[in-house]
Amino acid sequence: MSEVPMPLWEVFIRARNGLAHKHVGSVHAADAAMALQAARDVYTRRGEGLSIWVVPSGAITASDPAEKDMMFEPTASKIYRHPTFYRVPEDVGNM
Amino acid sequence: MSETCDGAALAPPLLDYTLRLADTALILGHRLSEWIGHAPVLEEEMALGNIALDLIGEARALYSYAGAVEGKGRDEDALAYRRDAGGFRNLLLVEQPNGDFAATIVRQFLFSAFAQPFWRRLAASRDATLAAIAAKSEKEAAYHLRHAGEWLIRLGDGTEESHRRAQAALDELWPYTGELFERDAVEDPLIAAGIAVDPETLRAEWQRTVSAVLAEATLEAPERVWMQSGGRSGRHSEHLGHLLATMQFLQRAYPGATW
Repeated sequence: MSEVPMPLWEVFIRARNGLAHKHVGSVHAADAAMALQAARDVYTRRGEGLSIWVVPSGAITASDPAEKDMMFEPTASKIYRHPTFYRVPEDVGNM
Repeated sequence: MSETCDGAALAPPLLDYTLRLADTALILGHRLSEWIGHAPVLEEEMALGNIALDLIGEARALYSYAGAVEGKGRDEDALAYRRDAGGFRNLLLVEQPNGDFAATIVRQFLFSAFAQPFWRRLAASRDATLAAIAAKSEKEAAYHLRHAGEWLIRLGDGTEESHRRAQAALDELWPYTGELFERDAVEDPLIAAGIAVDPETLRAEWQRTVSAVLAEATLEAPERVWMQSGGRSGRHSEHLGHLLATMQFLQRAYPGATW
């Protein structure tokens, strides 16, 4: 028996209409159709989803953890980018 | 007993009919559960376990109804765990051992290709309880069919070894497909009353489904083979007794045990 490992697929599930697909994990499968079935069987056993995406893991380009200072640190000091930084005038009411 | 069902005369055949469906679902569900801890990959362990749970769920609903039709106070546990092999009415196909993965997939495919159209028809039964169970089961069977069909295509049209194993499983299990379409004195009055499905009306769809998948899988259905028979009237292969010995052990050793 040949023991070539099956390709890895990343699984994304949308829990409800109006929400975005969210990464939930991965499965091994020979091709896209089988990956979709495996994702259904492994990740939607408790009513978790209405829609599934599977993506070949190799198709994902990821940021390098070693570069996290360069990538993400500079935003830490820019608190004015958060809406809560600004005081909303009383007259505006709920936004 | 359902109000649409037509009185005491139909109760005995309705009980037998419901038990045939329940036993077939339970035995196949139990067979699939034997893969737990042994499946080739985690994904398939989950898939086979899911299908097993679908089938055992169907069996529970059917046993509860059978107990109500019978009216002697037997519940689903009494029917599942305290009858011997001769009392079981399941199809011979579903009691066949798991064999290798190909055999399990072929068995599931041949059965599900029948079960899906069967449940779809039964959902229009004049028996409201059977119709409700059928409506739920049809959706489950549709996925079982897709799962097994996709696997069979890849096994048949895969490597030399997977093709050989899939064809061997098909040759081995084909003689048990004749029983899917049998009809006897249990069904006759129920079909006439619009309660049961005439299995002959499912044959063309089953053949279309099977032929299409086998063609894609580059597998060949055996021709002119002797068809096995007997499960539906309690004459079983040697395998059922061993299965029941395992499945019923707890309730036999500790009657009424709960957890």
